[in-house]
Amino acid sequence: MAGGSSIDVLGQFELHPVIGGLGQALRLSQSPIYMAVAVCLVLAFLYYGMKPKAVVPGRFQAAAEICYEFVRNLAVDTIGPEGVAFFPFIFALFFFILAGNYLGLLPFSFTFTSHIAVTFALAMMVFLVAIIVSLKVQGLKFFAHFMPAGAPVALAPLLVPIEILSFLSRPVSLSIRLFANMVAGHVMFDIFASFVIMLAGLGFVGDVLAVGPLVINVALMGLELLVGVLQAYVFAILTCIYLREAVAH
Amino acid sequence: MRLSVTSFRRVVLAGASCAPLLLAAAPEAHAAGMPQLDFNNPLVTGQVVWGGVVFLFFYLALRGWALPKVDAVLQNRSERIAGDLDQARAAKAEADKAVLELRETKKAAAAEAQAHLDAVLEHERASAAAKLAEITERLDDEIARAEAGVVAERERALQSLRPIAVDVAESLVERLIGARADRAVVEAAVARATAQAAH
Repeated sequence: MAGGSSIDVLGQFELHPVIGGLGQALRLSQSPIYMAVAVCLVLAFLYYGMKPKAVVPGRFQAAAEICYEFVRNLAVDTIGPEGVAFFPFIFALFFFILAGNYLGLLPFSFTFTSHIAVTFALAMMVFLVAIIVSLKVQGLKFFAHFMPAGAPVALAPLLVPIEILSFLSRPVSLSIRLFANMVAGHVMFDIFASFVIMLAGLGFVGDVLAVGPLVINVALMGLELLVGVLQAYVFAILTCIYLREAVAH
Repeated sequence: MRLSVTSFRRVVLAGASCAPLLLAAAPEAHAAGMPQLDFNNPLVTGQVVWGGVVFLFFYLALRGWALPKVDAVLQNRSERIAGDLDQARAAKAEADKAVLELRETKKAAAAEAQAHLDAVLEHERASAAAKLAEITERLDDEIARAEAGVVAERERALQSLRPIAVDVAESLVERLIGARADRAVVEAAVARATAQAAH
């Protein structure tokens, strides 16, 4: 990370093929491996959490149930009664992103949500699902949304392109929000950690001064734990809002 | 050293904050050195395909297996709670009914006992009255009989008094006039006198 006199903050985002040539041929990097780990962790959490099937839940089961009910309420409260159908999708999105964000906070690990390709693919998936649901539920009336109700017809040439642009910018803002948050957080980690190492090379005074960036990194870890869950929540609730628009008659 | 750090930070922060621009201009981004924007790297685009597979698996596993399991437990709990509440409500209703029944029974028993008591009292009163009437009748009888006896005794006493009265009157007349009066006349006079006295 700290390479002598300069700091390589972007090296942590590099992808490396796993299992050598086969990984290269299959385009398999550590990123999908971490995705698989994240998915397995969430599924294992639900499996072992719900294993007792107790009427009066223990801590682990209560945690699994809270996760379930949190996302379910999020989906149903935002989308409405139709939200039940989208609940597994919202749950998958929320916990895929949350587990990805949190896995990335472990030392020496990799954050797949810090890759724009991943976040943009997720955002495009949400965007396409919303469009498909819109067309299915509202039919051609879906296109009427691009003309705000009650606006003067004369303004249509101005309003319709703006509305279309704002609609099309959704996947972009959705993906970049998550990507930029993750990248910024991990770059900050790397910078302050590098400060610690570089200051430590200056002898006793440096050792004392190195406490500063170390403390900052501890605080940053707290911030990143918050950002990790917040970004997953934002992604999930924006998806819910788009889907509410899609199912609204 | 310090300088190179700050310049790096500036580059990185600029890169992160200008991500949309960098995305729109991928070749320049490649020059800036963000591995995420190196779309010529097959591993970067490979993430999308692999991520799609992993996410699809995740979604299907959640929808088909994990979430229904949680749902079943929650459903079971709410049903159980509702069932227990219903049971408790039913038990309460039953208890209320039992209490009401008890109260009714108690009331009925009290009424019955009162009626019974009234009947017994009535019966006792009637029998006492009957006995009293019988006793009164018997006493009246006895009194009547005694009175009749008294009258008869007096009659008999009066009857036995008459010869004495006749004898006394005869001897009085003899003493007064010095001669014996006719017994029949004396007897008639006495009878007349006693009849007058009786009246």
